[in-house]
Amino acid sequence: MQGSDSPRIIAKDLACQRGDRLLFRRLTLDLGPGEACHVTGANGSGKTTLIRTLAGLTPPLTGTAQCSGTVGLLDERTGLDPERTLGSTLDFWFALDRVADRVTVLERLRLTELLDVPVRYLSTGQRKRAALARLLGQGADIWLLDEPLSGLDTSSQALVCDLVAEHLDNQGTALIASHQALSVPGLKTLAIEDFAVPEEVQT
Amino acid sequence: MMLRLLRRDLAQFFPFAGGGSAGAALPVIFFVAVAMLYPFAVGPDANMLARTGGGVVWIAALLAAILPLDRLVARDIELGYFDQLALRGVSEDIAMAVRMLAHWLSFGPPLIIAAFPAAALLQLEGATLHLVLMGLLVGTPGLAAIGLIIAALTASLRSGAALSGLLLIPLALPILIFGAGALARQDQASLGFVAAISLGLMALAPFASGAAIRAAR
Repeated sequence: MQGSDSPRIIAKDLACQRGDRLLFRRLTLDLGPGEACHVTGANGSGKTTLIRTLAGLTPPLTGTAQCSGTVGLLDERTGLDPERTLGSTLDFWFALDRVADRVTVLERLRLTELLDVPVRYLSTGQRKRAALARLLGQGADIWLLDEPLSGLDTSSQALVCDLVAEHLDNQGTALIASHQALSVPGLKTLAIEDFAVPEEVQT
Repeated sequence: MMLRLLRRDLAQFFPFAGGGSAGAALPVIFFVAVAMLYPFAVGPDANMLARTGGGVVWIAALLAAILPLDRLVARDIELGYFDQLALRGVSEDIAMAVRMLAHWLSFGPPLIIAAFPAAALLQLEGATLHLVLMGLLVGTPGLAAIGLIIAALTASLRSGAALSGLLLIPLALPILIFGAGALARQDQASLGFVAAISLGLMALAPFASGAAIRAAR
């Protein structure tokens, strides 16, 4: 891991809204090194908002959300230029993140053969694997993964679970929002609906 | 690191750059096309062309500045580019300052170069051409700054591209008035105003557009 301090995700009494709708409230969360949490919940229940709030991209309505350590985010926005080839757009992020061993990362995610292909010609799963390569290269302490398994075939899904397990073994921390079951040992779960706001409170 | 961001932005916006999208050359083509069509529309009277040509160059430059706006910010918001940068400690303000430079480099200098063939088509005299070139040199950074703010503000709107054109025109009026005003009086003094407006806008633009991106999240 990159950071010397132990990574930690702390959320205290968190409430978030999207537009005018209150998504969840009184959410409290504490994840230390080697710990991971699987967030479940129906579409629109606030999983993505929770992740973006923890990443510090959107401010919470009330409460505090804090990540101590470097944060890697994987969501449906890959950050990879559709017009450029996979190799050149990944190299941009690898250069920013000072990745020393790009070959290992690329082989791990079976992308070596796709490097000359423009990103817009890649399939959904291939694009997801490319985003995972960007995440892996970043070497962040904390992984915030929003639907990391969607669009992936069975072997790639197993690979993601392996990567998360390795990340935890290296004293990393992860928060994963997913509809699929994750085969990662020692995974906590958090059902976001437990913190949902009853209709009568909404107004 | 700023250099890496600049290189990526330039690859995206600079005309004829490898890997850049084909639309990047459009402002320059549009600019020359206006200069080419104007003599056809008003007739080949050399006197008339020389008198009005400088103003036409300015209008063409202003309208050409609208063309790249729809691709300037919206695409990268959709890509999550600014999110990923923010996680790496690069604030939106810095990313937008780099983008402003890349945006100016990819339409300012090409327009200034294209002003030579445009001046020939409009039969501008040497003194007028000199004022047009100086004006474009100090005016295009201001146009780039306005364009960046507008592109960031309208990025999350559905018809943002159409709206940004409408918004740029009134905001760019001071630059046009002083820039083209220098031609009417054959006097460089008012170009100082253009430079001042440009500098003010350039100082403001990274923060304004950065705030717009944060608000759009």
